[in-house]
Amino acid sequence: MADLCRAPRLSAAEAANLEANPYKADFPLLMAHPELAYLDNAATAQRPACVIEAEARFYETMNANPLRGLYELSVEATAAIEEARATFARFVGAATPREIVFTRNASESLNLVARTLGEQVLSEGDEVVISILEHHSNLIPWQEVCKRTGATLRWLYPNQEGFFSEEEIEATIGPATKIVSITQLSNVLGVEVPVAAIAKRAREMGAYVVVDAAQSAPHLPVDVREIDCDLLAFSAHKALGPFGVGALWGRLELLEALPPFLTGGEMIDSVTQEGAVWAPVPQKFEAGTQDAAGIYAAGIGLKYLEEVGFEAVHARDVALGRALMDGLAERPFMEVYGPRDPAAHHGVVSFNVHGVHPHDVSSILDGSGVAIRAGHHCAQPLLTWLGTSSTCRASTGFYNDARDVERFLDAIDTVWSLFHGLA
Amino acid sequence: MASPNQLYTPALLEHVQHPDWNFALDDATCSHEGVNPSCGDDLTIHARLADDGTIAEVSWTGEGCAVSKGSADMMADLMVGLTPAEAKALCATFGELVRGELSAEDAEEELDEAACLASIAHMPARVKCAELAWRTMDEMLAGATEPSSTEDGLVPDAGDAR
Repeated sequence: MADLCRAPRLSAAEAANLEANPYKADFPLLMAHPELAYLDNAATAQRPACVIEAEARFYETMNANPLRGLYELSVEATAAIEEARATFARFVGAATPREIVFTRNASESLNLVARTLGEQVLSEGDEVVISILEHHSNLIPWQEVCKRTGATLRWLYPNQEGFFSEEEIEATIGPATKIVSITQLSNVLGVEVPVAAIAKRAREMGAYVVVDAAQSAPHLPVDVREIDCDLLAFSAHKALGPFGVGALWGRLELLEALPPFLTGGEMIDSVTQEGAVWAPVPQKFEAGTQDAAGIYAAGIGLKYLEEVGFEAVHARDVALGRALMDGLAERPFMEVYGPRDPAAHHGVVSFNVHGVHPHDVSSILDGSGVAIRAGHHCAQPLLTWLGTSSTCRASTGFYNDARDVERFLDAIDTVWSLFHGLA
Repeated sequence: MASPNQLYTPALLEHVQHPDWNFALDDATCSHEGVNPSCGDDLTIHARLADDGTIAEVSWTGEGCAVSKGSADMMADLMVGLTPAEAKALCATFGELVRGELSAEDAEEELDEAACLASIAHMPARVKCAELAWRTMDEMLAGATEPSSTEDGLVPDAGDAR
């Protein structure tokens, strides 16, 4: 089945050429909407044909309820999930596939961590450290567990461009810190967070380290050993996979020590009228019937991403970021948030058009066939800290090209001329 | 894909750039705030009632997107001379228009140029922007004390959900 997800393999130099786009033909939605510039990849990616076909193939040739199979088909369905688990494990550098727990999405993974690890280790006087860059899904679970346990939530603040200083990390993570939970890549500013440095400081203080890789997984190589974290969460749907599938990686011995999050079928070894014995990791955390077809297809999505390769992904992110930001910089009526260096944006450019509400901008762009996002991007505390209630955001995938950027910039000029007379 | 230019018509943009009623009334009989927290739209509607109980003047203050502000300015034009009951009925008609339950043609006689906002029915996320002033007006006339919102009961802004 290895040849089911052949992706174009470009060198970094080839990938940086935005005039060429050999990826596009693999994405049925982009082919079906040739006039669309899809620049909302940070909300969800488009899916290559191999992922869509994999989901159908599961139902057409492998469908049965996995795990409890006493017959050939169910064994095949189980094998499909385990094949995906091995792919997810390789993708994040796990020691063994048993370290991968399948969930519905990164939010569920982070809730699992807050409800199990958080409630086990936190009590009054303890501190949980997150950053002002966090998506609500790596914020609200910690606010809630702090309320329940009496722990205090503390915040790491970067500079205006989004970069964290060593001093800030040292001043915020201290002996009272029990858990540090941090995003690897901001979904608003596009800036990469020095998770390895933060993890090192947290380790020295004896704290657990949780990484939210929902935004980074499609843009950066994620290696849990290199980061030296304890747990890491991400969603398939931002990384070319289907909706409804997420993953939590955890150190095996830690996953074994944690209590289950959801209980019920599939997560037990034996049950009596008085209680139950949990199944081994990872099934202990996978209550109920999983979306086996989605998990299988999500594995194919990660394989496709690996085939494209992160060197090519990064080269294209940088080229697209530069084209977008150079274009915006030529227009004096724009404000761009985050790093000044386009290479530090990882496919995410947040901006505002002076005097025009972001929702007006996005509606006008929509009419020109340009899909961007406007609002608070599920990061309201960050936007408040930036001094605004909402921004527009263009976010790219490696399958975007020069034409998408051109359409976007033309549509921005349309916004300006509509609101400020003829350009 | 809805064309934006159906929504961002010269009529709407004229009300946004050169509003007729964007000021606080010194002698307002009542004022009421309407807020959509996830958008940042925050408008206050002011009204002065004449001795016979009809609406003598309506104005608006605050910040928001072009759709919310332009809609508020158009509404202020239409309210003068109506009884509170007639004004509430007009707010209800506008609600039907922007939810796609009434066509622009059928609404034009009553809503005049505000009928141009009909195309927002195709942009579900923006309906609350168009409706904010009208809902606020309606609730003010009903004697509301808490700020109004057109986000209540709507699915919140969740585009980046994980």
